[in-house]
Amino acid sequence: MFFKLNPTTSQPLYLQLMQQVRHAAETGALQDGDQLPGIRTLAEELVVSPNTVAKAYSELEHDGLLELRQGSGAFVCVRRRTRSLADHVHVARRKLRDLIEQLRDDGLSNEEIQRAFEAELLYPAEIVGRR
Amino acid sequence: MTDAPVILTHGLTKSFGDAQAVRGLNLSVGANRITAFLGQNGAGKSTTIKMLLGMVRPSCGEGTVLGKRITDAEENREMRRKVAYVAEDKPLYSYMTVEQTVRFASSFYPDWREAVAGRLLNEYKLPSQRKVKKLSKGMRTKLALLLAFARRPELLILDEPSEGLDPVGIEHLLQMLVAQAADGVTIFFSSHQIAEVERVADHICILDSGRLLLNASLDQLRQSYRRIDLVFASAAPDNEFRIAGVEKIQAKGHQMVLFAKSNAEAVVERARDLNAVSVEVAPVGLREIFLETVKEN
Repeated sequence: MFFKLNPTTSQPLYLQLMQQVRHAAETGALQDGDQLPGIRTLAEELVVSPNTVAKAYSELEHDGLLELRQGSGAFVCVRRRTRSLADHVHVARRKLRDLIEQLRDDGLSNEEIQRAFEAELLYPAEIVGRR
Repeated sequence: MTDAPVILTHGLTKSFGDAQAVRGLNLSVGANRITAFLGQNGAGKSTTIKMLLGMVRPSCGEGTVLGKRITDAEENREMRRKVAYVAEDKPLYSYMTVEQTVRFASSFYPDWREAVAGRLLNEYKLPSQRKVKKLSKGMRTKLALLLAFARRPELLILDEPSEGLDPVGIEHLLQMLVAQAADGVTIFFSSHQIAEVERVADHICILDSGRLLLNASLDQLRQSYRRIDLVFASAAPDNEFRIAGVEKIQAKGHQMVLFAKSNAEAVVERARDLNAVSVEVAPVGLREIFLETVKEN
């Protein structure tokens, strides 16, 4: 699969990697049993610290989305939970798309919308508290 | 990443006459990671590195590299066998050819990898029969890098390794750093190339006027530094925002800009309590973090 990391955003690179793998599994771009490149190979390809890839892989393993086999690489495990999660994400995206469209109609620029999202995500923790 | 630090200094200080180049430096660099050492010209980076390697004697303070005391000549020799170093001025013997330089260096190091040296000689397109004094600045840098990368050290220290390299050369250098790190080599390098540092570094140290101002993981910095733009219906109440983590406050009329090292959530909450008309939170890149940190000093 193709990864695209953005070093200048607020998100750590390992989180970006994790999200892209998760997203690929949810959309079906990655299938159950697919193999991802080894830590060294991917680090060299993306030109990031091997620790970045190692951390993303180990967190994804912890989440049950990857299986790391000693010496032979990382394998994707897509379970039913991932698919139902994919449906959730799909629905949420549709809602977001509607909302963003509405905000654009109200005259807000993409940048303003993005910053408003950033601010809302920070507040308040007790309602968002789920993750 | 929990191993003992590979570099550890305590109160490390170097004075040249009345000028203090390095002041009471307490530096700790972890094993198995890539640490970038940032600072303006003259901040004391090269002096620090030379003290670590035993090339400059500290005025006071102490330190260890790979557990060996930097001021003990015998321990220093042992340490240097396990450390590869690329110096800022890339000192090479100008009367030797590229080939002679490589052969000469290979005889010093038991960890020399002939195959890697050969491969890099090709990749860098270095003219093996040309004398060092006839090499361009970029070629000299590449030759100096080759001499370090051909080894398999425990610790690799590079002082401004990208100097004189074009974008392709820099990309290749970063790939080599990543490959070395994947082999388990700990890397400590100084650089002005913030965009590159932002990609490969695990950890950032910022030195200014001989003092260590910041020593943190890059992930931590990405997650905690924020710029917060606020607008109020009346004059901006900047006195209400002296909260832990807020580094800088600028108020102008109804507007206010805050620079928070941490605790952005508390700032946003305070802004809501004070009925801010607009609250915008934006991430802060390493370039801004560096400039702000150095400016504050």
